[in-house]
Amino acid sequence: MSILQAAGVQKFYGAFCALDGVNLSIDEGEHVSIIGPNGAGKTTLVNVLTGLLSPTAGSVTFKGRDIARLGPLRLSRLGMARSFQLVNIFPQLSVRETIALAAISTLGAGGRIFASLQRSKPVWDTVEGVSALFGFSSKLDQPAKNLSQGDKKLLDVASAFALKPEIILLDEPTSGVSTAEKSAIMQVLVRAAKETGIKAIIQVEHDMDIVFGYSSRIIAVHEGKVLADGSPEMIRSRSDVMAAVVGKL
Amino acid sequence: MTTAGLEPSTSIPRSSQSRSKFGYVIPAVGFSLIAAFPFIAGPHYAILMFSGMGFAIALLGLNLLFGFTGLLSFGHAMFLAIGAYTTAYLTAAKIGNLEIILLTAAGVAILVAVPIGLLCIRYVRIYFSMLTLAFSMLLYSFLYKFYPITGGDEGLRIKMPRPALFDFSSLDTVGILTGPLYYYVFALLLLLTYAMWRIVSSPLGLGLRAIRENQQKAEYLGVNVQRNRLVVFVVAGVYGAIGGVIISIPVGLADPSLAYWVQSGNLVFMLLLGGYTNFFGPILGAVVFIFFQDQLMSHTEYWRLTFGILLALIVIFFPNGLMGIIDPRRRWSA
Repeated sequence: MSILQAAGVQKFYGAFCALDGVNLSIDEGEHVSIIGPNGAGKTTLVNVLTGLLSPTAGSVTFKGRDIARLGPLRLSRLGMARSFQLVNIFPQLSVRETIALAAISTLGAGGRIFASLQRSKPVWDTVEGVSALFGFSSKLDQPAKNLSQGDKKLLDVASAFALKPEIILLDEPTSGVSTAEKSAIMQVLVRAAKETGIKAIIQVEHDMDIVFGYSSRIIAVHEGKVLADGSPEMIRSRSDVMAAVVGKL
Repeated sequence: MTTAGLEPSTSIPRSSQSRSKFGYVIPAVGFSLIAAFPFIAGPHYAILMFSGMGFAIALLGLNLLFGFTGLLSFGHAMFLAIGAYTTAYLTAAKIGNLEIILLTAAGVAILVAVPIGLLCIRYVRIYFSMLTLAFSMLLYSFLYKFYPITGGDEGLRIKMPRPALFDFSSLDTVGILTGPLYYYVFALLLLLTYAMWRIVSSPLGLGLRAIRENQQKAEYLGVNVQRNRLVVFVVAGVYGAIGGVIISIPVGLADPSLAYWVQSGNLVFMLLLGGYTNFFGPILGAVVFIFFQDQLMSHTEYWRLTFGILLALIVIFFPNGLMGIIDPRRRWSA
């Protein structure tokens, strides 16, 4: 069953066409990787799919609802979460507070002006659960700015998971971290997705070992267009796609 | 998400800023000093402290806006003027009950803050600061020019308001300001400090700090940035207006200078002096500023120059203000 669809999506920056008639459909249970060379339009596509950018033309529907101009806040309430390509944290907030923020939103308690946050057991239960999943239990009181680069990326992802979304879009979750950390991050992500009941993962990724190791489906993007869309085996067998996307023949 | 297999939390986790006993001692000593002030200082200084408490209340609100949410208002003095002029109009209409005056000032502040806030919160950084400054100067111009309504540059006289529960008939003005009314205002300061502590310790308070740190990420985590900004703008306005009521009582006058940009600058100065990264910094900043200004003005005509040098030194050497020196571990905590 399709959970997220893009139909004829175009995105122009002035005269430059970043996305040109992109069509895609994400079904429940899928782990979809979006691949392509630098400048192919991958991040623009994720930004359009998550409401950060409005498409110039076309439509994006999530659970059957047009979300093109809905904005991040309402998308998070609908059940969509995302992480970012660059480290995107709250430097002065602790790990505990960062995860708590998402838990508060999930509980619909963000507007409570005189309620005691410290006494909100459901929030701290969620913080405990998510921090245990992502290995942050011993780092809860650390300010996010003091974490390692890998942990900062993971905290960005963990806070998105704490929203209990139905679909999560991860923009290069392993970029800027060591090879050893990449594998560990992916294993944590996959386990967390299973345990939290996330219906679909969309991941922008450059590392082909990760792409072919974890994806159930791959969408190759080149010059703003979908070049190929299929199983890892199908993508691997397409020499034209491999040449265009990763420079291999 | 499932938390199966996890033990339920048996203790309430603390925030990242651990609360040492030492951390509670400093505000306790500070409030005790304010409470004892009429007994250990002369009437002149007790009345200065009266004004200091009014500024402290206004600054608690301003710091919710700046220290916690990251929005620096250069026009917050407009709410001081709203409080003062509300007091003047009501006492002129023979409504001298202080509770009614405080509630009316808060109501007027809400009426003013909502439309101005709706416009201003769409902007951040210097644009927000300039917009708030513009509205403050609009109010200043109105107060200055519309003589029949506002008294123009002469302002409006304020008669001594009285709380419902107290009978001041046997006391003179100094006796009232250093006696029952002093402790009434002190109790109000404690109450509003506690209310502000509850706000910054609430889920909304965490959302405000997230907005200050990274607005985009906060939105993706479900924080309603625009609503929260509007709420804090209004709350800050209410605190400002209540502060304005208190400040105007010992002066006995509401005049346009309360809304002037210099007054807004003074409020920002007080925040930096006390330390906007500490919950109690605004209170300390207000009190130190008032007494320092009083002493400087009585000793030199170049007091503004001295203040300018002091501000530069604080920003360069003590960016967390006086509270950053006294209690450097506690930042953005209640």
